[in-house]
This record gives sequence, C-alpha cells and structure tokens, in this order.
Amino acid sequence: MLNRALLLKLLSAVVLFGAWEIAGRIPVSFAFPTFLESMTALFEMTMNGMMFQAYSETLRPLAIGIAISAVLGIAIGLWVGLNSFFDWLFSPIFIVMQAAPLAALIPLLVLAYGIGLTSKVIVVCIMAMPVIVLNTSGAVRNTPESIKEMGQSFLASKTSILLRIVIPAASPVIFAGLRLGISAGFIGAILAELKITPTGVGDIITYSRSIADYPSMYAAIFSIILLAVLFLNLLEKIEKVLFKGNQRGYVSD
Amino acid sequence: MAMSPIKEVTAQTTPMEFESAVSVRNISKNYGDVEALRDMSLEFPRGQLTSLLGPSGCGKTTLLKIIAGLLEPTSGQVEVNGKTVSGPGKDRAFVFQDFALLPWATVIRNVAFGLEMRGVAASEREAIAEKYIKEVGLAGFEQSYPHELSGGMRQRVGLARALAVDSDVLLMDEPFSAVDEQTRRKFQEDLLNLVQIENKTFIFVTHSIEEAVYVSDQIAILLPRPSRVSEIIRPSSFRDKGVDNIRRDPEYLDIVDNIWASLRGYVE
Ligand SMILES: Nc1ncnc2c1ncn2[C@@H]1O[C@H](COP(=O)(O)OP(=O)(O)OP(=O)(O)O)[C@@H](O)[C@H]1O
Ligand SMILES: [Mg+2]
Repeated sequence: MLNRALLLKLLSAVVLFGAWEIAGRIPVSFAFPTFLESMTALFEMTMNGMMFQAYSETLRPLAIGIAISAVLGIAIGLWVGLNSFFDWLFSPIFIVMQAAPLAALIPLLVLAYGIGLTSKVIVVCIMAMPVIVLNTSGAVRNTPESIKEMGQSFLASKTSILLRIVIPAASPVIFAGLRLGISAGFIGAILAELKITPTGVGDIITYSRSIADYPSMYAAIFSIILLAVLFLNLLEKIEKVLFKGNQRGYVSD
Repeated sequence: MAMSPIKEVTAQTTPMEFESAVSVRNISKNYGDVEALRDMSLEFPRGQLTSLLGPSGCGKTTLLKIIAGLLEPTSGQVEVNGKTVSGPGKDRAFVFQDFALLPWATVIRNVAFGLEMRGVAASEREAIAEKYIKEVGLAGFEQSYPHELSGGMRQRVGLARALAVDSDVLLMDEPFSAVDEQTRRKFQEDLLNLVQIENKTFIFVTHSIEEAVYVSDQIAILLPRPSRVSEIIRPSSFRDKGVDNIRRDPEYLDIVDNIWASLRGYVE
C-alpha cells in the first residue's frame, strides 16, 4: 500500500531530522548547525532568489552530463553486453573510470578543456557513466537464455529480440544503474563546482563556509540531496509505468 | 535379458503404415567432448503424439531443440513436412519446460507473442489469443501478469502461446513436470483431447513412464549418452477406450512394467 510506504518514509525522515536537530543542539561541533537553523537559511535563500540563481548554474552541467551519461551509457552498455569483442575492448575503460580518483583528474581536465561548462559536464559524466555502462552490459549478458530461445522459436527477428526481450528483461538492472549513476552525477556536479570554479550551489557552499555561515552551507548541501532524492523517485515512477509487471521491489530512497 | 518383454509387446502391435510429419535422420550432436546424440534416426507420424522417454541427461531436450531449429546438429538432418530444417520455422511451435513467459507482459500479450512476431495485426491477434486462452481454461486472466498465476496456469499460457500460432508440429519439453499430480492428470486428459481435435503432430518429452504410456500413440525410448533409440512402442488397444479406463487396461499396465524393466538397468 502506498500509505504504508509513505508513512515509513515520513517516519524515517522525522527520525533523521530529529537526530540532526539534537546533534546540532549539543552541539557536536561549532560548525554543525541545527536542522531548524539550516531550514531557516534554506527558506531565506529560496525567498531571496539565491537558490534559483544557484540552481540555474548548477543544473546546466548536471542535466547535460546526466543526459549524455544515460543515453550514451545505455547505448554503450547494450553494445558491450551484446558483443564480446566490444566487451573486451571497452569494459576495462569503464572499470578504470569507475575506480579513478576523480579529484586527481580534475587539474588535467581543466588544463585540456578550461574551467567552463565542458570540464564540468565531463566530471559529471565520469562520475555517472561507468556504473550505467557496467550495469547495462551485465544485465544484457544475463538475459535468461530460455526467453531468448523462446523469441527465436517464435520467429522474432534480431531487432525484436533486442527490443522486446533483452531490453525489457534487463530494465530493472539498467534502471538500478541509472539510479546509481544519477546519484553519482549529482556528486560530480557539486565536486566540479568545488574543484574547478565556484559557481551555483558549489559557490554557496564555498562562500558560506568562508564566512562561517554554516546554516547556509548545510542548507545548500541539504537542497542538493533533496533534489537527488526527488529525481530518483521520479525515475522509479517512470520505470513502474514503463515496465509494469516487472516490479521486483526497489529501495532507492 | 530385460529387453525381451518389450520386444514381445512391440511384436504384437503390427507396425502401421503412416506418413511422417517429422523425420530425424542420423542426427549426432556433440557439446565439445560430450557426445549427447549419436546417429539417431526417428520418424514422427503425422497427427499423432510421440513421446521421448529416457533417463535424465540422455539428450531429450537436445533432440527437441534440434527439431525446433534452435540447435545445430553436428551431423545429420531433420525434415519437417519434407523440408530440411535450417532454423526455427512457422511449422513448429515450442512449449518450454520452464514456461519462458515474459514477466512484464500480460497473459494476452504473452499468448499473442508468436502472432505478433509473425506480423498479425493487433486486433486479429488479440481475438485469436483470447480464443486459445479460453481453450486452455484461463478465461478471465487475460490481463493478469505471469507472477500472479500459479505454475499450472503459467504452463497453460505457454501452451496457449504455442497453439495460437497454429503450427503443424508442437514440441513440448516436459510440459507437465512443474505442476502437481492432480493438475498433471487433468493436463494429460486435456492433451489427449487436444490430440483428437487439433490435427497436429505432438512431440512430447517426459520423464514419467506412466505419462508417456498414457498420452502417446508412439513411445521412443532413449538410452543414455551417447543417446540412441532403443525401442519404439506403439500402444494399440486402449487408446479408444476412453480416458477413464486407460489406467486400468492390461496392455497399459504391461507396457509400463516392461518399460520400467528395460530402463531399470540404467538408473543405478
Ligand atoms: N549447452 C551444453 N553444453 C554442454 N553440454 C551440454 C549442453 N546441453 C546439454 N549438454 C549435455 O548433453 C546431455 C544431454 O542433455 P539434455 O539437456 O538434452 O538432456 P535431457 O535428456 O533433456 O535431460 P533431462 O531429462 O534431465 O532434461 C547432458 O549430458 C548434458 O550434460
Ligand atoms: Mg531436458
């Protein structure tokens, strides 16, 4: 039931925020504001338009990077999963990419692509794409042999087998990869703004830290997490609509 | 020797003249070093049900998939209606042991899958699918998803899907092994009716001696790897005595005993 799930989500939110509030009041550290202080700061920054301006900057590399990672990542993943030669050729690249210490690569990216949008988009892609590619290719490789044989025996063409059997069967794992990739992309977008040039939400974080306005800093961090959670929920809704009957119970939030 | 009683039974049943729908000619199949089938030949009479009976791992599924065109034989060939098989075709439909339903598709879409792949228009294929869903006793479940059905119901969906494409030859790989005994008996009776009303050739893989004797016009007994046909039995007298009397018929009981006697040696 929706109500029960919603109730549990609300309950866990209350517990989390309660703990935050208490930790802020003790306080654990002078640099750790309470939940209510942070929310007040968030409210103020929303009302004076600062948040919207920040997000108009941050969302650009984020949206572009995630769109590229999703489309290209799934395409490459399908390709790699269906063809053992491309698997051999490309899989190592994405495994290395996933393991690479991104912070160490950023100076190189800046050197090559400057401090503009391109570098930030690339950071988002490096964070988001590998897990999407690897999940997609793994899922495609693991399509149950029996339903592929079923397709063949009922005269499905190669394209039909891909579109009507392989992709739907892989979709739960592809979507799981998308969720992981998108969360990583959010991290990448903020990381890019902290490490390349402080703009958008990254600027709020950097600036408010430098003037010791910790409530604003945590408000900015909180807002990006909230946005990520909302976006992942939306993705789950899309998946449910697209592949009804394929639900096997997911937890993303 | 344990073989001799079967020979007698086959001798009693005078070999009938029949037309073959499917001919398996000198088929061998190796999986790497494993020799699954060796030089196997077998005829499947049109409009009848032939069972492939043999111990686990003797190559029944392999043979069925070769007939279906899903596997290439290492040597030899299969003919269906006089044409050599080179891949899956419209003349054959497969019922899978593990159902092989699409979990994200409703019953009606699963049943219509084969028709859809053949390019039948949506309204027409739904009408056909509905008809076969009714025929297998699943009316009312058209919009259900496979995970909402019992194992027996899922198998009926697989059967309806194979019937819907209206192929000459129905290949069934242990279709009743995943259902309980009562359902199984019901399925066996239904299958006998199906053989009567549908003018199709059935090739039926089973582990169960009783099931094979109960449903078959012809039973091919396969011996373990490398597999070959050891006996062909054609029960003759009890087929038209009605579904309720078969299991009491002396010939039925004799054949079951004799098959067990000849297979017993391979089970240990
Ligand atoms: N893909 C494969 N690769 C290697 N060996 C295989 C493969 N498929 C089957 N075999 C071997 O071929 C033999 C026949 O297998 P098959 O599945 O046809 O047996 P079966 O008679 O259907 O058995 P069961 O009654 O248990 O289903 C087995 O011994 C198996 O080990
Ligand atoms: Mg088998």
